[in-house]
Amino acid sequence: MNDIAIRVQNLSKQYRIGQRRRHNTLRDKLTDTIIQTLLNRQKKINDQSDNTIWALKDVSFEVKRGEVVGIIGPNGAGKSTLLKIITGVTEPTEGYVDVYGRVGSLLEIGTGFHSELTGRENIYLNGAILGMKKAEIQRKFDEIVAFSEIEKFLDTPVKHYSSGMYMRLAFAVAAHLEPEILLVDEVLSVGDASFQKKCFAKMEEIRHEGRTVLFVSHSVAAITRLCERTILIEEGEVSADGLSHQVVSFYLSSGNGTTAERIWPNPEKAPQGEVVRLCAVRVRSVEGHLIDTIDITQPLRVEMEYEVLKPGHLLMPHFAFSNEEGVLAFSAHDLDPVWRRRPRPTGLYVSTVWIPGNLLAEGTFFVGAGIDTIDPITFQFYEYDAVAFQVNDSFERDSARGDYTGEMGGILRPMLKWSTQYEGDGAISKVRDGATKL
Amino acid sequence: MSNGRFFDGKESKKASVLETLPHLTIRPSRGWVSLRLRDLWEYRELLYFLVWRDIKVRYKQTAIGAVWVILQPFLTMIIFSIFFGRLAKLPSNGIPYPVFTYCALLPWQLFTNALTGSGNSLIANKELITKVYFPRLIIPLSSVLSGLVDFGIAFIVLLGMILYYGIVPTVAVLTLPLLVLFTTITALAVGLWLSALNVQYRDVYYTIPLLTQVWLFSTPIAYSSSLVPQKWRILYSLNPMAGVVEGFRWALLGKSDEVGGLVIVSIVMVVVLFTGGLVYFRHMESSFADVV
Repeated sequence: MNDIAIRVQNLSKQYRIGQRRRHNTLRDKLTDTIIQTLLNRQKKINDQSDNTIWALKDVSFEVKRGEVVGIIGPNGAGKSTLLKIITGVTEPTEGYVDVYGRVGSLLEIGTGFHSELTGRENIYLNGAILGMKKAEIQRKFDEIVAFSEIEKFLDTPVKHYSSGMYMRLAFAVAAHLEPEILLVDEVLSVGDASFQKKCFAKMEEIRHEGRTVLFVSHSVAAITRLCERTILIEEGEVSADGLSHQVVSFYLSSGNGTTAERIWPNPEKAPQGEVVRLCAVRVRSVEGHLIDTIDITQPLRVEMEYEVLKPGHLLMPHFAFSNEEGVLAFSAHDLDPVWRRRPRPTGLYVSTVWIPGNLLAEGTFFVGAGIDTIDPITFQFYEYDAVAFQVNDSFERDSARGDYTGEMGGILRPMLKWSTQYEGDGAISKVRDGATKL
Repeated sequence: MSNGRFFDGKESKKASVLETLPHLTIRPSRGWVSLRLRDLWEYRELLYFLVWRDIKVRYKQTAIGAVWVILQPFLTMIIFSIFFGRLAKLPSNGIPYPVFTYCALLPWQLFTNALTGSGNSLIANKELITKVYFPRLIIPLSSVLSGLVDFGIAFIVLLGMILYYGIVPTVAVLTLPLLVLFTTITALAVGLWLSALNVQYRDVYYTIPLLTQVWLFSTPIAYSSSLVPQKWRILYSLNPMAGVVEGFRWALLGKSDEVGGLVIVSIVMVVVLFTGGLVYFRHMESSFADVV
């Protein structure tokens, strides 16, 4: 019996870069042809080296029915190209994909929404575009509306919607697709925290229905949460395939053996802006050891090492800590008293933030690291999920959980001051009297 | 025991589901691909919704809305009647000039709207093409079909004019649906070529207005095709719209000369143009998402 949902075999995709610019108009084509004939030989050399890139190179893997597989990789690694080939939007250059079952895709939600049409009309239009039958949309219509929370504006053209409403409606339609195979690309990064939570719940539901899901995301947090298996794609090739937490660790550590340290040895590939370039991000204990797990009561520090390339700018390094559902716990901006207001000379810097013990709840935290220059605030770089660490809440009774051993929930678990006072035995009747008088 | 049975039941159900699962292999297309018209049928509902969208959106945020549908051919008719009918005194084969030209303007408008719409359709729906799969043919097809509604509305005016001038149509009027179909296919044939070319060469975008203008004057709308000298007739009839327009006059007004030959050449022309367009479009289709 065949239990394969998707079989990708030796898949390669070549793009001709500069093709759009080059042959966009007939005139270009004509001048090009003339130049080509004049400089025939040179053109040919260019064609092979500069003008083509392999977005995917010899990619092979299989996905079984009911599997939820994550695909991660840096920007431009070929993840989206892969999904586009599987959906049939574009053709591979070599190799093939076997797909068993209907494919539905959430490649960028809201595709095909028309701003002049009302919410109601767009549900039908978008549903049809995503491959739903009219009867199917009608059947799910109320569910979609309820999910999107836009009942009141159903007959308002979507051009009057806020961007949040727009995204909610778009995701609601997409989430109610019922294909055997669902491809999801970066859709969970939108909306506010409560809506994100809803999206996650929906994804969990889809997973439990036994449908096959390919889930592409930047957020390793989301991937470890939703997928058992993850495929890492780097430079168009599969560089790891296996259990999500292993692949994610491998990806985050990039060969350093721990998620607590991420180093960019190749300056060209490091996250960077005009002024500054990231070199490394590390999680350390207060004593300075690299750590990827820490007891909830213990403080820790996170540092970023970076090189200032252009002198004379004010820098604002910052970190963002989010949990495995991708929910932001907090972000922190550099408050160093000296360098905060001093233009930096070129050179290497390390900025460190101290996180006190008894602040974060147990679980995995992902740290994004970024730097902006200020006056005016200018984006330099931001690296999502640069490092990760695990917070453990042991049952030593010295943490915020006290004597409670059950599920506590929450992102933060601060140790707060508590007090209980004994007011004496007669106090109860006093309070009651007071209540009746009022 | 009951457990075992349960699993058996589940297994067989699973197997039967599997048999019905559609299987698709995506590989690089080599040479000229098949037309896959069945695929098109599968996506008929999407076609319906795209046509519906085009119609709904077309006159949004205009003051007089759908009145434009009637106004466009009607004003053109008045202008033609004044300049070509009154001033130039072009012969109209005994038919009152306004109805003579309006009858031709209807299929012409259907044709040019469809041509312009479908020619630019792939670019206009770029977002869809790069994100979602469906047979690309649906896009130019939907812009051609959405013009039929406008045609229908403007046609009512024509019926009014026919009544006003007391023209009694002959049995030939029964061929009208065929002529409408023929106009649609003609527009689609040209639209397929233009839309596919437009993806790669945006020159097409600038060519379309010019093309329709030249085409307008080489089609017997303001004049009768009987004005064309005999020796140029063959060349003239290569324009499929010439056959369409004279066909319309013949069907509705009952008068036109030598329609037969003109229509036959037009049909042959359109079959060639349409088949070629279809094959070319299919051939280019695989690269649309990469190039658009």
